[in-house]
Amino acid sequence: MDIGPYSGILKYIGKSIIKIISLLIAVSILSFILVSASPVDPVRAYIGEVGMANMSAENLARLEAYFGINTPPIERYWNWFTDFIQGDMGSSLLYRQPVSSVIQVKFMNSMVLMMTAWLFSGLLGFILGIVAGLYRGRWIDKAIKGYSLLIASMPTFWLALVLVMIFSVWLQILPIGLSVPIGVNAAEVSIFDSIKHLILPALTLSVIGIANITLHTREKMIDIMGEDYILFAKARGKSRFSIIRNHALRNIMLPAITLQFASISEIFGGSVLVEQVFSYPGLGKAAVSAGLGGDAPLLLGIAVISAALVFGGNLIANLLYGIIDPRIRRGSAYE
Amino acid sequence: MSCMNHKHILQIKNLSVSFTQYEKGLRKIDLKVIRNLNVSVGEGELVAVVGASGSGKSLLAHAILGILPRNCDAEGNIWFEDELLSPKRIEELRGGKIVLVPQSVTYLDPLEKVGRQVRKEQDEESVRTKQEELFDFYKLPQNTADLYPFELSGGMARRVLLTTAMMESPRLIIADEPTPGLHLEAAKKAMSHFREFADKGNGVLLITHDIELALEVADRIAVFYAGTTVEEAPVADFQSVDTLRHPYTKALWRALPQNGFHPFPGKQPYAKDMPNGCPFGPRCPQLTPECEGNIQEQLIRFGRVRCIHAK
Ligand SMILES: Nc1ncnc2c1ncn2[C@@H]1O[C@H](COP(=O)(O)OP(=O)(O)OP(=O)(O)O)[C@@H](O)[C@H]1O
Ligand code: SF4
Ligand SMILES: [Mg+2]
Repeated sequence: MDIGPYSGILKYIGKSIIKIISLLIAVSILSFILVSASPVDPVRAYIGEVGMANMSAENLARLEAYFGINTPPIERYWNWFTDFIQGDMGSSLLYRQPVSSVIQVKFMNSMVLMMTAWLFSGLLGFILGIVAGLYRGRWIDKAIKGYSLLIASMPTFWLALVLVMIFSVWLQILPIGLSVPIGVNAAEVSIFDSIKHLILPALTLSVIGIANITLHTREKMIDIMGEDYILFAKARGKSRFSIIRNHALRNIMLPAITLQFASISEIFGGSVLVEQVFSYPGLGKAAVSAGLGGDAPLLLGIAVISAALVFGGNLIANLLYGIIDPRIRRGSAYE
Repeated sequence: MSCMNHKHILQIKNLSVSFTQYEKGLRKIDLKVIRNLNVSVGEGELVAVVGASGSGKSLLAHAILGILPRNCDAEGNIWFEDELLSPKRIEELRGGKIVLVPQSVTYLDPLEKVGRQVRKEQDEESVRTKQEELFDFYKLPQNTADLYPFELSGGMARRVLLTTAMMESPRLIIADEPTPGLHLEAAKKAMSHFREFADKGNGVLLITHDIELALEVADRIAVFYAGTTVEEAPVADFQSVDTLRHPYTKALWRALPQNGFHPFPGKQPYAKDMPNGCPFGPRCPQLTPECEGNIQEQLIRFGRVRCIHAK
């Protein structure tokens, strides 16, 4: 079937979506196996040691049924799966709410955090990487590279602690954790407060991301500056400025897009740690609690949503490639 | 027109080019890929540099234009119109008085349309007209300007590279293998273009592995072997093997179809395992113990040769 000039790209999108869906199923199965195989007894984790001791056998049995302990795993997964494709993500055992509403709230919190970090680290990392690559070997490159290597080798929680020490303990200008002030009614939280509570976690996440993107962009920039077409541009007497503007920046865009979208998964991973350190009530923190508490529906929901985001990011990156790279746009790489 | 009685456009003396490389264990080694090279181009001259693949021809071109890679250093003197060049002066001259026709399509930016690239991103009417005329001259369809490099055939790419040189008003063209991939007719056209250009009092340094092509258009031929010019001779000397001076040139001559097609076994040494003394020693039928010493260049019958037994 030919659907006009866009048939190639539509076919490509279709294929990608099918691929993403199969990947998502794989992710859900994998996460399910992981929670099922977890040594954590969800009931015990839920009511605690003391609760267990005081509970009647009857109530215990009811709770076990609630957590689905006695249903065979395959059946449990199948039940979850059939509900899920009908739009029902089940109920979180820990939060006693539909998974979709838990995820919605956490997701919004995390999204603000991650988007800020993603854009900030992408933009700054891109600029720093280009500058370092262009001035390779000069002092500015050494400074940027040294700084990035230092940050990249720092554990996330450690960096978070350093930032907390500086901004919350010494300078006392930013709150330590949580997304809202303690003891304030959620409805009364001002935007200003939310932003203040966002700054440290977002800063931590960005600083880590910047280092990574800077180092990669720098490498790519160095490669590009050694390419034949840059040599030839020099041989034709073009100014350094014109070479950078017309050739270097144009060609760095492609790897930059790849890097930027590939960093989504890293930001996700980083956010789990950062949210934990700052007790920031986002997806990452919820995932950790769900994992530790044996809350399979919530964990599965979070895993699938996060994976969908990461894969979706990759798809967008590939589509952007198609727009920017004439070899793909005019060639037949989508076929 | 071989002797040194006319003005030089380009003169290269004792050029050496070496790569700094790090071997296992961070041992720094200097890899000399061009050594003690001399070559010159006079006004009105088309000089061909002929050498096998990997002999350092492209590096020679890049050294003249100051576009060697970072880990690569050049030593020696280069004069342009009798002015000793500094790196800064080369930067001023390249792309104007000195132009390069590069070896392959990888020298075009893959993400920029060909026309814009040939025009160096200039959009003035005069530049546009010039580019269109040159595309006509090389029989490139006018829509070529809107193509990206990956959409060009090998022959088209070659012609686009040629037009980049002609966009300027140079005194010296350095053409690095400008003909592979071209049809015979297009190749001849390019060559006659170079010839006319030289005849107007300019200079062309034609880099090629194709000795027959060189014999057809060049005034002088510099034979390149393992990073140096072993012989520089007027093209007339190639009419007979007896007027040639160096054993390698003679072997090349005998390998030509019209001279019996005698194959010449072996290959040139890589920069890393260069023999002592004469680089041609291991393949030379006239090798003597003296050949392992320092081989000076000597002037014999208006040609220069780097062989102690040359006559
Ligand atoms: N970046 C590099 N690092 C190390 N060695 C190099 C590098 N570039 C080139 N060389 C070496 O320098 C030598 C000369 O290379 P050059 O490209 O000038 O050869 P050439 O005569 O132009 O060959 P061809 O006919 O294939 O174009 C080769 O032996 C090559 O291996
Ligand atoms: S110097 Fe010796 S080895 Fe070299 S070409 Fe001459 S005769 Fe042969
Ligand atoms: Mg070459």
